[in-house]
Amino acid sequence: MPRMAMVEALNLALKQEMKKDKRVLLLGEDVGKDGGVFRASDGLLKKFGAERVIDTPVSESGIVGASIGLAIAGFKPVAEIQFSGFLPPAFDQLLTHAARMRNRSRGRYAVPMVVRCPYGGGVRALEHHSESFEAAYAHIPGLKVVIPSRPYDAKGLLASAIRGPDPVLFMEPKKVYRSVKEEVPEKEYLIPLGKANIVRHGSDVTVIAWGAMVKTALEAAEQSQYDIEVIDLRTIKPFDKKAILESAGKTGRVIVLHEAVKTGGWGAEIAASIAESGIRLKAPVKRVASPDVIVPLLKSEDFFFPNAKTVLSAAEEMMRK
Amino acid sequence: MPLTKIAEFDVKKLEILSPEGKADEKLMPRLSKKDIAEMYRLMVLSRAFDEKAIALQRQGRLGTYVPQLGQEASIIGPAYALSKKDWLVPSFRETGAMIAHGCSVEMMMRYWAGDERGSLMPKGARVLPVAIPVSTQLPHAAGIAWGMKKLKERSAVMAYFGDGGTSPGDFHEAMNLAGVFRLPVVFVCQNNHYAISLPVERQTASKTIAQKAIGYGIQGVQVDGNDIFAAYSAAKKALEDAKNGIPTLIECLTYRMGDHTTSDDSKRYRDEKEVKEWAKKDPVARLEKYMADRKMLNAALKEKIIKKCRAIIEKAVGDVESSPPDAEDIFRYTYAEMDESLKEQAEGFRRRV
Repeated sequence: MPRMAMVEALNLALKQEMKKDKRVLLLGEDVGKDGGVFRASDGLLKKFGAERVIDTPVSESGIVGASIGLAIAGFKPVAEIQFSGFLPPAFDQLLTHAARMRNRSRGRYAVPMVVRCPYGGGVRALEHHSESFEAAYAHIPGLKVVIPSRPYDAKGLLASAIRGPDPVLFMEPKKVYRSVKEEVPEKEYLIPLGKANIVRHGSDVTVIAWGAMVKTALEAAEQSQYDIEVIDLRTIKPFDKKAILESAGKTGRVIVLHEAVKTGGWGAEIAASIAESGIRLKAPVKRVASPDVIVPLLKSEDFFFPNAKTVLSAAEEMMRK
Repeated sequence: MPLTKIAEFDVKKLEILSPEGKADEKLMPRLSKKDIAEMYRLMVLSRAFDEKAIALQRQGRLGTYVPQLGQEASIIGPAYALSKKDWLVPSFRETGAMIAHGCSVEMMMRYWAGDERGSLMPKGARVLPVAIPVSTQLPHAAGIAWGMKKLKERSAVMAYFGDGGTSPGDFHEAMNLAGVFRLPVVFVCQNNHYAISLPVERQTASKTIAQKAIGYGIQGVQVDGNDIFAAYSAAKKALEDAKNGIPTLIECLTYRMGDHTTSDDSKRYRDEKEVKEWAKKDPVARLEKYMADRKMLNAALKEKIIKKCRAIIEKAVGDVESSPPDAEDIFRYTYAEMDESLKEQAEGFRRRV
């Protein structure tokens, strides 16, 4: 089985889905000749031609808006927004139309579209390249939000997102794009949206994370004197409440870890769901997140994002209670 | 180094039917008497729909309504040029266009009454639901047109918007995509001179809206929007051109005779004199004169047509009011399938109701 980085796994998923279904189109800035600035669509223009791999003008709202139209016309567009920092111009189209077309047309029109975008910090990038605003998108009824943490999952999740009937925002952690390689089957496989993955079993504390933070959680778990369970959420919306509640019931201690800023982050939604369930915990839920400030430029980046140490001290504090 | 002229552009305006009802026969589009009668009927129907909808809104039986009064020619004319395979992407002041392209009076009334089922398009009617946020529908039109082109269907897309709609970015992005990819799309701007309270001069310093097309490398033309023949003719040609890869922006120069919506009071921002001037250019009256001159219409026939339209509308109101939506309907169409959390919420809702 070949070892692949996440970008390569995504490329393979795109290739397979495009081969399988002629309705699948790729569009975005520099996705064709350049193969995407991160090379996620490398080689696809050559393989599928300019009718299906389309270099667009710099036009985020236009790309997503036209993808909505393409979907209504019967295609399955996969739009790439170059960086999540450039997604806000298309936020309007996602919120105002993609997410509600099925509802407002009473099911006559649907938008089976995937918007892929690299997100998150830790790669020493320019301003506007390090944010994590998944919660803002997950708040929108009608959208699904998927965040893979590793190459294997990225391939299976992207295939599911493309084959699915609803609009999906597929956020790809840049930090993991090339930093992790693992065995990824070349054959097609699907990972269902909405299902979390328990990546490490433990009995003392549950850490719930997604994207690049899964690795951080695992690092913390390895270093901890306690037995830490790590859940990779994989899909933010809809999220796997069952897996979370089961684990919370078992360990009685939950940390939600995300690189997004704390207030209004998806950790709040998860914590609220646990509270609502009435499960008896041994300690209150803890959120380990970035502070509510603008992501600093690279010199100060390390002060901003949570790391294994911050997770460890949160876990230790909980165990002391 | 010389300073040389590298390009020259002009902007044309098309007028066929004068306010006095005289048509320029040389420019007259090919339309049968039956077509003209149907266009007239649709205009009368739109006007009757307005009357009823505004009355119902005042009685609290309808939500906010967007009247079409004064713009019937530029609403119906372009839409009448669509073939069944073409798509209509409306904004929010095109009830008449939607009816002309396959929506029923009943569903339009249902929509304005606040019943979502009013946006369920009849099978085969290539119409998108009403789009409220200004110009956000324009990229969809470009996208559908792109799809039609990829499928090699000879179908075009017609998108409506207002003069205010030329200001937001989506107007630019849609026009730009249409130009770059030579999409089969026709943009129909209803320049009714006001975006709520703001006159068109405050939307753009451009002398015409039609000329904005030049910047995108597509065709632009201005028409007398109160002249249904000009509006139809420009659209007919534009649709044909679109199918050959040449998009067009049509500016229909018209005037909103009523308020922006039933929540608006246009007396606050515009002069009564201006309204009176435009009343002289009424699109329905001039078509009536044209038809009367050709013995296609008389007082008795006119009365009969109005009565018939009103009867259709009355029946629609009855149907809408006697069949309210079932409450659970709100859960059905958010996703193809409800997720666990939504199922839970729907269950809770069921217990409550």
